[in-house]
Amino acid sequence: MAASRRQRLGLWLVLCTCLLTAAAAVDADNDDVQVSGTGHDNAAGGPTVPPGTGEQGAGRTPETEDRRWEATQEEVEVVVEEVQQAGDQDQDQDQVVDPPSEPPSRDDFKEELVIRPLHSGDIYASFQFRTVWDTDFLGGQKVSHYRLFPKSLGQVITKFSVRELHISFTQGYWRTMQWGQPYLPSPPGAELWVWFQDTVTDVDGTWKELTNVLSGIFCASLNFIDSTNTVQPSASFKPLGIGNVTDHRFLRYATLPREIVCTENLTPWKKLLPCGSKAGLSVLLKSEKLFHSTFHSQAVHVRPVCQDPHCKTTSLELRQTLNVVFDLHTSGQGKREWSLFKMFSRTLTEACPLASSSKVYIDVTDNPQGEQFDLSPATPLLSQAGVLGDRRTYSVYDLTQQATFGPTRSLNTLLRWKSPEGDMLGPLLHSERYVAGYGLQTGEIHTLMYNNHPYRAFPVLLLSTVPWYLRLYIHTLTVTSKGKDNKPSYIHYQPSKDRERPHLLEMLLQLPPNSVTEVTVEFERALLKWTEYTPDPNHGFYVGSSVISALVPSVVAMDTNSTLERPLFNSFFPCKEETSYFMRIYTEPLLVNLPTPDFSMPYNVICLTCTVVAVGYGSLYNLLTRTFQVEEPSPGLAKRIANVIRRMRGVPPL
Amino acid sequence: MGLLSDPNRRRALIGMLTRLNAPICLVCYMAGVAWFMGLAFEPFTLRTYMSENAMGSTMVEERFPSGEAALATGREFAAHKKKAGGMPVDWLVRTMQSKGLEVFTQRFSRKLPFPDENKERYMVKGYNVYGILRAPRAPRTEALVLSAPCSPGNDNNQAVGLLLGLAQYFRSQIYWAKDIIFLVNEHDLIGMQAWLEGYHHTNTTGMDWSPLQGRGGSIQAALSLELSSDVVTSLDLVLEGLNGQLPNLDLANLFYAFCQKIGVLCTIQGKLPRNDWDTTSGYSHAVQTMMLMVLKQASGRPWGDHGLFLRYHIEAASIKGVNSFRQYKTDATTIGRLMEGMYRKLNNLLERLHQSYFFYLMPSLSRFVSIGYYMPAFGLLAVILLLRALDLWVQLSSPPTITEDDGTEVPSSPGVLSILTPLVISHLTGVALYTLPILSQETAVQHFPVSETEAVVLTAIAIYTAGLALPHNTHRLLSGEGTEQGWKVLKLVAVLYLAVLLGCTALINFSLGFILALTLVPLAAFITPHVPKALSAFLMVVLSPGCTLLFAVFFFQELQETPVSVQEGWMLFLSVISQGILDHALYGSLVYPLVALLVYPCWLLFWNILFWK
Repeated sequence: MAASRRQRLGLWLVLCTCLLTAAAAVDADNDDVQVSGTGHDNAAGGPTVPPGTGEQGAGRTPETEDRRWEATQEEVEVVVEEVQQAGDQDQDQDQVVDPPSEPPSRDDFKEELVIRPLHSGDIYASFQFRTVWDTDFLGGQKVSHYRLFPKSLGQVITKFSVRELHISFTQGYWRTMQWGQPYLPSPPGAELWVWFQDTVTDVDGTWKELTNVLSGIFCASLNFIDSTNTVQPSASFKPLGIGNVTDHRFLRYATLPREIVCTENLTPWKKLLPCGSKAGLSVLLKSEKLFHSTFHSQAVHVRPVCQDPHCKTTSLELRQTLNVVFDLHTSGQGKREWSLFKMFSRTLTEACPLASSSKVYIDVTDNPQGEQFDLSPATPLLSQAGVLGDRRTYSVYDLTQQATFGPTRSLNTLLRWKSPEGDMLGPLLHSERYVAGYGLQTGEIHTLMYNNHPYRAFPVLLLSTVPWYLRLYIHTLTVTSKGKDNKPSYIHYQPSKDRERPHLLEMLLQLPPNSVTEVTVEFERALLKWTEYTPDPNHGFYVGSSVISALVPSVVAMDTNSTLERPLFNSFFPCKEETSYFMRIYTEPLLVNLPTPDFSMPYNVICLTCTVVAVGYGSLYNLLTRTFQVEEPSPGLAKRIANVIRRMRGVPPL
Repeated sequence: MGLLSDPNRRRALIGMLTRLNAPICLVCYMAGVAWFMGLAFEPFTLRTYMSENAMGSTMVEERFPSGEAALATGREFAAHKKKAGGMPVDWLVRTMQSKGLEVFTQRFSRKLPFPDENKERYMVKGYNVYGILRAPRAPRTEALVLSAPCSPGNDNNQAVGLLLGLAQYFRSQIYWAKDIIFLVNEHDLIGMQAWLEGYHHTNTTGMDWSPLQGRGGSIQAALSLELSSDVVTSLDLVLEGLNGQLPNLDLANLFYAFCQKIGVLCTIQGKLPRNDWDTTSGYSHAVQTMMLMVLKQASGRPWGDHGLFLRYHIEAASIKGVNSFRQYKTDATTIGRLMEGMYRKLNNLLERLHQSYFFYLMPSLSRFVSIGYYMPAFGLLAVILLLRALDLWVQLSSPPTITEDDGTEVPSSPGVLSILTPLVISHLTGVALYTLPILSQETAVQHFPVSETEAVVLTAIAIYTAGLALPHNTHRLLSGEGTEQGWKVLKLVAVLYLAVLLGCTALINFSLGFILALTLVPLAAFITPHVPKALSAFLMVVLSPGCTLLFAVFFFQELQETPVSVQEGWMLFLSVISQGILDHALYGSLVYPLVALLVYPCWLLFWNILFWK
């Protein structure tokens, strides 16, 4: 053991030297190469500090800070890589990464994984990575130094004056009926909504550029966002960060329901993380398992948050979330037993060294005495939080503590069910949407919203965006609950313009208790120009998910004084009423067939058209241009023959 | 084009057409029939081929292992069905849930307009149970359907068992891109109709059903499985749907391709494909197969549970397991693998099935006749009507020069009224034929010792027959006496009417159009008031739509190799009429209203011409 440790230390030294030489070469005119070398010597030769205490700040050297602060982005990445290798090889080297003590701006990184066993036997894992940077982008000052915050995103935010940015890529549909509420909802496909700062003059132009840039960053087809699928919701999407700009002129919202999410989107997403996929929770994010799941959703949220309780200054928060659901039958081989290894084919061995907090939460609310499932290894740490209107209990594994990993030096949490089937409390709000009718001329969109609360009504905001090629007959809009008309208290309708903008319909509705509210609207299918069809026109055309934003009464009164202790996944949406919680659900996207010509028969069409034109036009032209004259009765056959002979003879005919 | 604008040549052409009208018509008729009979001759037909790339080149493996377990589930289902005396809803819900599906039920009820004596039902109440296999990482926009009927007695238990077995196996696979809906429907087509109407939230037939709770987006394809024995000798593919609609030919190709791959005997119309096309028996086999398809399609009724899907533009077919006395047997595992293969290929579809033909006839499972080949047969018959119309038109436009001295005749030539009257009266008779049988069934039952069903059928026949006596005297009430001119105008109108009618019918349902043309065209061509009355009247009755149906019934039985006696045939004829009326009321089949409201009045016009005085 000791020998191997020495060997690894040696390897580490060699690697560090190589990397730093490279860094020096890159930034040769920076005179702190020597300094960083010293820092490295210090780090390598320094005393062994127990890792993961959260107090590592004590062991740092000022030289390192300086170097790190002065360094360019490339160098920071190099250092990060170094650090990860250090973490891989030896746990002693953590002090290299410590945050500076008196920085002009401070940043902080936290990571957590929440695992919720679902009653259907499936399992839900939700990752959240949060970077908070105490800097003021909004002031307009130029920021060129990045540490934990990804520079690619920072530059975009600065350049396009973005106040808030929310982007999600989802593959699959969240099954509210079986799985309950997700921590962060997202619609199938890609969703992007952005609040710009009020200094932006040409919002549409900025939006267009921004989508193209993001398309490059996330390797997604966001460049297909244009005016035909962008809307400005007036009420459904309020800023989630601080700031009192609520003029929806600065808001843009778009979804791409057809977007397929795959590894090519995951890789750039992972690259935004300070530890990449090298250390910490992100080692679990291996695409071969993440995409062998039933539901996969990854998101990036950027918003301004309060820096301190007085909220004098703001920080920029970047939240990267990844939600995944593994299925009992396909991923779990039908066995009600889940472990980190079974889910991700990896186990946890360490926290991300850059993270100030790194935790794994397991929802054990339904399992207070361990009667539903066994959890191993057991953890004494429990945490309580009010999540989505319910009080939940979590077992907590703190990855920054060496004890968590036990003697095997790896954490592989194992959940084993004892009883075969659990009973789930149905969700209070769920929805359903479908296209009714048949034929290719008209149809009807039905949106059903279920309020399953036994006695309380609550308001919902329904937002539907329908592409222009489904022409909504807005006069046929009906809203009924329990067989009676339900008059919306607020309607914002923006009619579509052909080839320019979609329909936008926003309604504020009160859902009576224990009821189904049905919103129907008829539409007519437009006949597109032949160049406007997609390459696979017979597949159909997508209509993006409707968004239902609701203030749902909570099942238990919410705990209000634990805002500081709350885990990350719970402090996202602002909660105005103590007894209600904010919730957003997305309906299914729709696939609608439009009247489609048979593109395989242009030849036939050309032939047919040419024939019709030739016969019709030709005979008409003939009739119009011909001169008519009265004709003598035609001579008999004998006479005609006689005439022919006479002509040959040169005699005038008879 | 000089032909039309040059009066000389036009006159010559018209002269030839009028002079040789009768022989040309005769030749056309013969040619039409011959062309049709030639369609089944193998060298004239095309070999089927897969047009859809997504299903053609991609390979799938079939690994379904548990046919025996599926049959055991089927037996369990049978036991529960017997115990429940109908659909064992709770058991099915529990079983489907344990296999990991999202399960929903639908309740429906329907009061038939009159009792259905074939299936012995009047007040129908039942349940549909369906489970949705949610495709992983799919947004619920597309779905496939696999259905099996819950039939009374001991039928189709194996189908339900296999359906559940497939559901269990499919559930553990990761590759599904479309939701798969496993549907067990009660009361065959009525349940299916309720489910489809519920799914698409339409109500075309006034059925009472509870709304569906779960959906899977737009359905891309559906298969209905019927299986009543543990082993089968062959699988029969049924394509004919409501109103003669057919699924895309690629669905049939898919079935045929997998039968070939897995080595299962497959048939269409219950007839095995044969290779001896050059022998007489081989040819007559192909003709029989094709004629069966033509007759089934012409009937306009769904010939399997799949038939109703087609209205919603969902490609669908029924697969029926046949267990005959052949040696070679296929077990449930093999059928399961066949279904698995088909669903995996359908799962690969990127677009709706649209590449291949929607209009075709099949003289065998590996051969087809496309619309381009069979339409000329109908065209040759339809052109007769146009020739006759031309002839009449010429006759009508030329007389003024001849009968100039007879000037008094011409102005009094019966204008609109004399034509309108028979038109209106014959159509009123049609309306009576369409509405009265169902409306008056109660009165009929009170006054005559018959059941409701018999009352409906017999009323229909009575009105049909009464129509013969009614209208041919009407014009005399108005003008006292029919003129030569009069009947010609009427015949011109009637002939053109028939041409339009048959043309439209043939476009939608070729078989129906062709069969009607086969009998109505010669009648329309040669009927005048001057032919021998008794003989022509007899011929006309024989060629009337009602008698056509009677012959079709006998012919169909003959083709199915189950000949019937005259007595049985008559009973069958009566039941076919009642089924036709029921199909219209229950599923919206259009054959009965078409015949009652349009074809029969049109035929009455010719009857009227025959008795013109």
